[in-house]
Amino acid sequence: MTMLQHCAGPFGRLSPDALPFWQMLQAPSRDNVINGIIATGAASLVVLGGIALIVLLVRYKLWRPLWSHWLTSPDHKKIGIMYVVIALVMLARALIEAVLMRAQQAFGLGGGFLSPDHFAQLFSTHGTIMIFFMAMPFLTGIINYVMPLQIGARDVSFPVLNSISLGLTAAGAALVMVSLVIGKFSTGGWFGYPPFTEATFSPGVGPDYWIWSLSLASLGSTFTGINFAVTIYKERAPGMTLMRMPLFTWTALCTSILMIFAMPPLTVATAQLALDRYLGFHYFTNALGGNMMNFANLFWLFGHPEVYILILPAFGVYSEVVSTFSGKALFGYRSLVMATMTIAILSFTVWLHHYFTMGQNANINAVFGIASMLIGIPTGVKIYDWMWTMFRGRIRFTVPMIYSIGFILLFVLGGMSGILLANPTIDYQVHNTVFLVAHFHNVAVPGVLFGMLTAYHFWFPKAFGFRLNERWGVVSALCWIVGFMLAFFPLYALGIMGLPRRSVAYAEARYVPLEWVAFAGALVLLAALLSLLWQLWISIRQRESLGVPIGDPWDGRSLEWAVPAPPPAYNFAVLPTVEARDAFTLAKQDDRAYRQADDYRDIALPRNSAMGPAVALIGFLLAFGLVWHIGWMIILSFLAAVGSMIIHGFARHTDRIVTANEVRTEHRAWLDAVAQTRAVTRERECSVANRGLATQDHAGVSR
Amino acid sequence: MNLQVTQPPEFNLGSEFAKADPIAEKVMFGFWAFLMSDAILFGMVFATYVTSLHGMAGGPGPRQLYDLNSIFIETLLLLISSFTFGMASLALKYQHRRTRLVGWLLLTLLLGVAFLCLELHDFASMFAKGGVPTRSGFLSAFFGLVPLHGLHVAAGCIWLIALLGQLARYGLDTATQLGIKRLALFWHFLDIIWIAIFSVVYLAGLA
Repeated sequence: MTMLQHCAGPFGRLSPDALPFWQMLQAPSRDNVINGIIATGAASLVVLGGIALIVLLVRYKLWRPLWSHWLTSPDHKKIGIMYVVIALVMLARALIEAVLMRAQQAFGLGGGFLSPDHFAQLFSTHGTIMIFFMAMPFLTGIINYVMPLQIGARDVSFPVLNSISLGLTAAGAALVMVSLVIGKFSTGGWFGYPPFTEATFSPGVGPDYWIWSLSLASLGSTFTGINFAVTIYKERAPGMTLMRMPLFTWTALCTSILMIFAMPPLTVATAQLALDRYLGFHYFTNALGGNMMNFANLFWLFGHPEVYILILPAFGVYSEVVSTFSGKALFGYRSLVMATMTIAILSFTVWLHHYFTMGQNANINAVFGIASMLIGIPTGVKIYDWMWTMFRGRIRFTVPMIYSIGFILLFVLGGMSGILLANPTIDYQVHNTVFLVAHFHNVAVPGVLFGMLTAYHFWFPKAFGFRLNERWGVVSALCWIVGFMLAFFPLYALGIMGLPRRSVAYAEARYVPLEWVAFAGALVLLAALLSLLWQLWISIRQRESLGVPIGDPWDGRSLEWAVPAPPPAYNFAVLPTVEARDAFTLAKQDDRAYRQADDYRDIALPRNSAMGPAVALIGFLLAFGLVWHIGWMIILSFLAAVGSMIIHGFARHTDRIVTANEVRTEHRAWLDAVAQTRAVTRERECSVANRGLATQDHAGVSR
Repeated sequence: MNLQVTQPPEFNLGSEFAKADPIAEKVMFGFWAFLMSDAILFGMVFATYVTSLHGMAGGPGPRQLYDLNSIFIETLLLLISSFTFGMASLALKYQHRRTRLVGWLLLTLLLGVAFLCLELHDFASMFAKGGVPTRSGFLSAFFGLVPLHGLHVAAGCIWLIALLGQLARYGLDTATQLGIKRLALFWHFLDIIWIAIFSVVYLAGLA
């Protein structure tokens, strides 16, 4: 019961050797110094970043606006933006880690410069962050921003719960960041397999950081799934039937349902591992009747649907973008909906393909192999639908289209290698090599990451009222695409040549040239990230000339383009009535896109609530106390968690009213601006002439 | 949400009720979605239990540890508490006197607490016989499943007390009514889970 002994002290098991430079100072060997310097550098980035943030907030007196306009805001648009900010910060960290790993492997012949332990932390945090704190917040943020606008709603069904979900995700992300500075993260991979992550083999804090950051994030995602699903079922504007919903909303619905059903197995897996580690249970231990296959089953029962939680919203983004920039209604809307639903269901039937080689019988492998291959069919349907949408369309080769076309080409390759891996006999040959790493990056990077960056470029003007600089967008997109190919295609070859994944070093000289190509690719990817940030910076500086206040810069087709950019807090002055798919295109054709309403009504909006930031703080302290076995912190934050829920139950008068007069004034001012704005043709949409009013020159609408 | 006391919001999710009370509709529907998620959670824990039955590691098993008499009384307490909550729901629906509603709720709380006390007593006697969770994979799985239900009941009791506080503070406004209706769903849901525990853990374990 070492945990109880720790809990008695005021700092639990926290001591100076938790600092990243401690070991280097105590035992300054060459390896310790190199790893200590790298770890300290990373830690000081976190600390300096935090200090810089605080200094800027104080210097420009931004505390109050940050608190009242952002942190406590229940507005789905602001919550969405905050999610994306978290995702971009975490993307930067995880990408730097990736570059470090590629560098290590480039020098990895017979050693390299990183210790195995440091390398293991890198691939564990890289995977954990990219899945839970980059991809998930990114897609949650985009759905948060876009989906309520697309269905003609004022907000999500449970705005405060939305803010709480954000708080939980932020607390998890903060915990991962703190693990850089205090103590060490897990070395057990992003999937944390026991018995390696049991207290016997990993007695340190690493797996505990992993357990609690994932638990916070998965709780947030469960609530998010419930919130989005209820929103889509219950908040649609009049006339917005299910089969009139934009495809992005469809994928958001399927993703939400997957979240509701797939997150609980993860919660159970991490909770049971925590019981093993903290209270000496025997769920997954080697001895005394533990069964580690239970962990594998629980984890991948979550983990496989998770893959589709990540990819489906990206499919939705590509559907919207391809249709908009081809100037055509989406080809095969119904088949895309069917394919999305089919993928969502099939995603629950394939989890065993993650351990074909662990010794179950051949028939089981065959069943799961076939189930895995079946997913290729609806995915193929989607690829054809996007191609047919482009066929004879008037395609504009904008940044989102560059990403989309890069995605289609690369994703097909990644899918093909997936079909190879779904064959158990081939899987026996290449499993646990970097072939697998190449495969899942080949679907995850062009699929999820490109999809989210597409969404970022596509909807940025809607969120902030100005477009992103086109030229730097192209540079960044090409860097992502080329960098991806350089970084991951060599891994297919290296995998077939037998290089095991997660190897800190190797002894085969013939791996070196391809490792260097991959390292070069990682550097190009770093350049891609830097040009993305540079693009944001200069776009902010050029925001006057890039402004699109009217709100429809790309001749958009769905309802989010029918409101100003950025939209008012209540989204729609009058809730729209929907008569067909591509509702906004239809409205523009029938010349009723920019009309005054006959009468305006008072609109009730949720008041700000401190619950979100409170939950973030409490969740972080609870998790931190648990990681370091700090008894008083665990007890106090647990009581605070229960107490805040009880107090929140007593909250009344949680609405504020925007009066009909205010709505009328704002709406009329915007309509006046529309009347004074010169419409822009598609050919000139990337020029300064684009103020967000696209000419009404439209190809067909499907009813 | 707004606080005019409207028609009592209904469990029924039919379209006619949707028109009558859209706020109640989405709150109740959201809670159903949460319960689905919670049901998956329990499903996973049940699966862990069933696959751990052979992991006794030489430790005590169901026959040495389970006391069906006590479990039967616990089952009765829980089922009766569901009945009393049902009566509270009817008192809410037909707008009976406030005291009647509060009375049924207090009775429910009492039964819930009695259930918890008896369950804790059960666990204590299991501990006394060497049935501790650290003894074997089987006992870990048992103590991961049954007390999880108990924790849910305890949360339900705290929620019930909080709702009684809201009732005292604000009366039967929409928020309080919706709280009672959600807790009712939760309470009956826990009853269903208990039936599964009673069958899968205790009856099957002693069969």
